[in-house]
Amino acid sequence: MSNLAQAFANGKAFIPFLTCGDPDLETTEAAVRAMARAGADLIELGIPFSDPTAEGPVIQAANQRALSAGATTDKIFEMVRRLRRDVTVPLVFMTYANVVFSYGTQRFCAACGEIGADGLILPDVPYEEKGEFEPACRRHGLDLISMIAPTSELRIATIAKEARGFLYVVSSLGVTGVRGTITTDIGAMVGKIRKHTQIPCAVGFGISSPEQAARMAALSDGAIVGSAIVKLMEQYATQAVPHVAEYVRTMKQAVNSR
Amino acid sequence: MAGRAGRFGIHGGQYIPETLMNAVIELEQAYSRWRAAPGFQAELTALFNDYAGRPSRLYFAGKMTRDLGGAKIYLKREDLNHTGAHKINNVLGQALLARKMGKTRLIAETGAGQHGVATATAAALMDMECVVFMGKEDTIRQALNVYRMRLLGAEVVPVTEGTGTLKDACSAAFREWTRRIDDTHYCLGSVMGPHPFPTMVRDFQAVISREIRAQILEKEGRLPDAALACVGGGSNAIGSFHHFLPDSSVRLIGCEAAGRGVDTPDTAATIATGKLGIFHGMKSYFCQDEYGQIAPVYSISAGLDYPGIGPEHAILHDTGRAEYVAVTDEEAVDAFEYLARTEGIIPAIESAHAVACAKKLAPTMGKDQILVVTLSGRGDKDCAAIARYRGEDLHE
Repeated sequence: MSNLAQAFANGKAFIPFLTCGDPDLETTEAAVRAMARAGADLIELGIPFSDPTAEGPVIQAANQRALSAGATTDKIFEMVRRLRRDVTVPLVFMTYANVVFSYGTQRFCAACGEIGADGLILPDVPYEEKGEFEPACRRHGLDLISMIAPTSELRIATIAKEARGFLYVVSSLGVTGVRGTITTDIGAMVGKIRKHTQIPCAVGFGISSPEQAARMAALSDGAIVGSAIVKLMEQYATQAVPHVAEYVRTMKQAVNSR
Repeated sequence: MAGRAGRFGIHGGQYIPETLMNAVIELEQAYSRWRAAPGFQAELTALFNDYAGRPSRLYFAGKMTRDLGGAKIYLKREDLNHTGAHKINNVLGQALLARKMGKTRLIAETGAGQHGVATATAAALMDMECVVFMGKEDTIRQALNVYRMRLLGAEVVPVTEGTGTLKDACSAAFREWTRRIDDTHYCLGSVMGPHPFPTMVRDFQAVISREIRAQILEKEGRLPDAALACVGGGSNAIGSFHHFLPDSSVRLIGCEAAGRGVDTPDTAATIATGKLGIFHGMKSYFCQDEYGQIAPVYSISAGLDYPGIGPEHAILHDTGRAEYVAVTDEEAVDAFEYLARTEGIIPAIESAHAVACAKKLAPTMGKDQILVVTLSGRGDKDCAAIARYRGEDLHE
């Protein structure tokens, strides 16, 4: 069983995302520890990219702040190595194809495996291109996470059958960011996915409030939240850790409230 | 040259979010269907000829030839097309296809503004909505084109993210397409992005070399010794090269923007300074740092100010079939002024990069040799910026 299965063994999963190095790596490291203690079931660690084309303005700005503050792939790997001395929660890197490719796909995945990361999400690598990344991921014990979007109708079976770890269900069209309402029929999407795979489905994009998280988790196996947490990081910067921990605690309770 | 899934050797591919995959698959299917339909080609040819003013002239630049004292120089006058650049060729093709697909809204990125103007033009002609994303920096450099787009009924969205130039405009257009797919076609302006764009845009621009070939055979009874074009993403260059690819006697030369020099950080010369990477939907060469962060590039030319190059150029470079040379701002501005004074033609500053290369190359060639330079666009839009570059206090 994949390490990521652990994330879904404790009721519905709450999965927070943050951009590593925003405002600095010390704060990121402390925030990850605090989120794990506050009940996060899996943590997505964004490795910043100069041109994150799947992100809305909030996470785009966080990527810029992190890069300006000097975050690099190697420094982030060192941070995760330190975290893994005491943090056991599953950790998944989220970044863009060029960050992995330019590092050397084998070398990147080997480093991830060695420091104890469990998976990789590449939003600009669809099913058609995953063959370039998946063998290296498997060799080093990483699950390459597949995404299913509201436009994936005809592709659900193909994607779901080969999915590993968990399926990242994209709640709505567009890029990441807080949305007032989510109109996609998530229940129907998850129903179609479940015909083809047993692996868990977590819903992300646009979720910020406990009510939204509760509703999305009720229809799936968990909720993913990025922009709302990154906003807290932006607002409180090096003082953000207790705010983020409190938010994660509230959201973890919310996903199991229904 | 594209194989399965739009690969050019190792280059190309479809590195885009899952949300967009269905849209590019639909586009690919629609394009394969319509390109083979005789009615579509006839309709496109009619638009090319009656609306855009094709075929564009192949003009013998006699004064320039005599002045440089080497090869005979011909200029392929894409600057004489309606809207003043080669961009209209691609846009008419894509707009026609989008309409066949039932789309009612075109979005586009633009650097110098030429592609944005062309898209706004086609949208006006075909009764479609149009939104153009343009780097904030470029809306200042190319204020006149912003006005032209608005005059044509398009909405122009200044992009402030990143460096506020062409790559950021392109990212913004991709993001907008992810948000609204049903009624919207992303009219990508160059031979870049995910498959099928590099192939489809190439096919629409290939009219340039199809005409050059016929025109030079008629005028000279033989093929040219070299074809030159400027390269940003590379659409006018691919269009100028395409029908000469099988003719190994024809040197194909792409002229990149070196900016302040390839040994400075202020450059946009991708082949000279970039390395293999994955960005904007494709694998190709990109200006980037050791961690794969895309470099903030620079060129005096807003249209060449892009950190990547189309995947077909990447393989033409790999195989050596085409050569890529870097031309500095200073050389391009000299060529801009030179062509104005010598032939009475003001080229786009983008095209001036190819003219600069021709100025160097022609004197090294024999008088019996022939060189074709594609003038991808006209330079009216650049006059104020070049005047300022030369120290004049001129504002539009």
